[in-house]
Amino acid sequence: MITINTDLLTTDGTLNIERIREDFPILHQEVNGKPLVYFDNAATTQKPIQVVEALTAYYLNDNANIHRGIHTLAERATAAFEATRDSVKTFINANEREEIIFTRGTTEGINLVASTWGITNLKAGDEIVVSAMEHHSNMVPWHMLAQRTKAVVKILPMNDAGELLPEAFDTIITSKTKLLACVHVSNTLGSINPVKQLIAKAHAVGAVALIDGAQAVSHLDIDVQDLDADFYAFSAHKLYGPTGVGVLYGKRAILEAMPPYQGGGEMISEVTYEGCTYNELPYKFEAGTPNIADVVALKAAIDYVNSIGKAAIRAYEHELLDYAVSKLKNIEGIRLIGTAKDKVSVQSFVFADIHHQDLGIILDKEGVAIRTGHHCTQPLMGRLGVTGTSRASFAFYNTKEEIDQFIAAIHKAIKLFR
Amino acid sequence: MATINEIQDQIIEDFDLFDEWDEKYAYIIDLGKKLPGIDAKYKIEANIIKGCQSLVWMVSTYKDGKVYFEGESDAIIVKGLVALLLKVLSGQPAEDIAKSDMYFIDKIGMQQHLSMTRSNGLASMVKQMKMHAIAYQSKTV
Repeated sequence: MITINTDLLTTDGTLNIERIREDFPILHQEVNGKPLVYFDNAATTQKPIQVVEALTAYYLNDNANIHRGIHTLAERATAAFEATRDSVKTFINANEREEIIFTRGTTEGINLVASTWGITNLKAGDEIVVSAMEHHSNMVPWHMLAQRTKAVVKILPMNDAGELLPEAFDTIITSKTKLLACVHVSNTLGSINPVKQLIAKAHAVGAVALIDGAQAVSHLDIDVQDLDADFYAFSAHKLYGPTGVGVLYGKRAILEAMPPYQGGGEMISEVTYEGCTYNELPYKFEAGTPNIADVVALKAAIDYVNSIGKAAIRAYEHELLDYAVSKLKNIEGIRLIGTAKDKVSVQSFVFADIHHQDLGIILDKEGVAIRTGHHCTQPLMGRLGVTGTSRASFAFYNTKEEIDQFIAAIHKAIKLFR
Repeated sequence: MATINEIQDQIIEDFDLFDEWDEKYAYIIDLGKKLPGIDAKYKIEANIIKGCQSLVWMVSTYKDGKVYFEGESDAIIVKGLVALLLKVLSGQPAEDIAKSDMYFIDKIGMQQHLSMTRSNGLASMVKQMKMHAIAYQSKTV
């Protein structure tokens, strides 16, 4: 049974943090003798008990293969699996449930589009436009596609704060552009990109637009119809859900016209020794037995986030970000990376005299989990003139007290290194 | 000159004096700061042990059956760990290096750095040093 919580908000509509933290047992532990401070939420978020319970309940009570069975368990499993599809449809405001395709994650969703839509629609000289702050997962598939089709990858430039330059949009997005593939929220910088505007620009020149929403779904209200995105990809595990599940949204007309991704069971209509016809949406793109249990548990994650509400989440996460930045900027020798006006609760920083790996090691000793390195954005590191950064990313279960512990740990590290 | 294991035992004894983790790391950081870097001309792709987070350069020379190592890293804790490895293995007979067992890493509480950051953890540095030793050995046979 999935428990829906009604007491995650206080009477004045703000987050009941103590109550919320009870739902995340993993947070209540010591690491290296210090209370764990988990600030690596942009890499993956922790899972509330409700998600773990949904996963367990599925395996203990309902496990069966879906869609084909006529027995009761198969029906229950199918109903639970398809209920998540409905839940995702509402969560991102898709027009139809058939436009929701389950994948292994954002990366697979993007690769699916590159391998099907991309191969069918791109030819030599066509241009794929990406931004200067793409994660490798929204860069490498397009490089691979460009190698195969002789298409060209173009880059939307940004300023030093980590904001895309609107004045460059029209010079980069031209009649040669066939695809715009842009990250909604930068994993390294936290910048929220003006994707609605970019999508409109892409459509104006007849291009298709794909948005990498991996970092956006846990922070922002997503409305794919309002954005008018042709594709929108995200991962469950960055949304307090299980690993190994992602969603690719695509507009029906575009999905219908695309060839299948992988061949196998589920995705066919009829198979003979001579050939086959394909199943209808969304099954055409879901070959083989899917990750049923984790898809089922994704619904519990969405329910959890909805029971707090994105508006309340965003307000609180902003408070955390502002508090962290106010403390960080006073540390001697620090350079904040990612200072866009419009951003989510992610803050990268570097020190000229302390290597990010060294800082990460000492922070871990102090119980603080941050991410250090290039964050799978090597081109961006080159643009910023650094080899890597330290990145703290906050979720709604984090607290100001944890930020104090994080800041104290940085001061301890500085004392050791300087 | 002390054997590989004698040096390891000495390092273990030295680290036993530290009560707190930060004393250990302060010592390793100090070793890193004091380790002379390698000549810029050796800082080439071929000498890099690439990791996800930091870079390690390792070069060696061979003289009278012994292997002499020099190493460096752009991260200071890793550089300190390199200094410890050099202390143990540099100047030792190639055959001793090839068959050595680096038990001191575990004993001084640095086991977390064995596989750290994918490919340039201590384990791959030790492996690289052994490969150098084996290469020199096979040349002389």
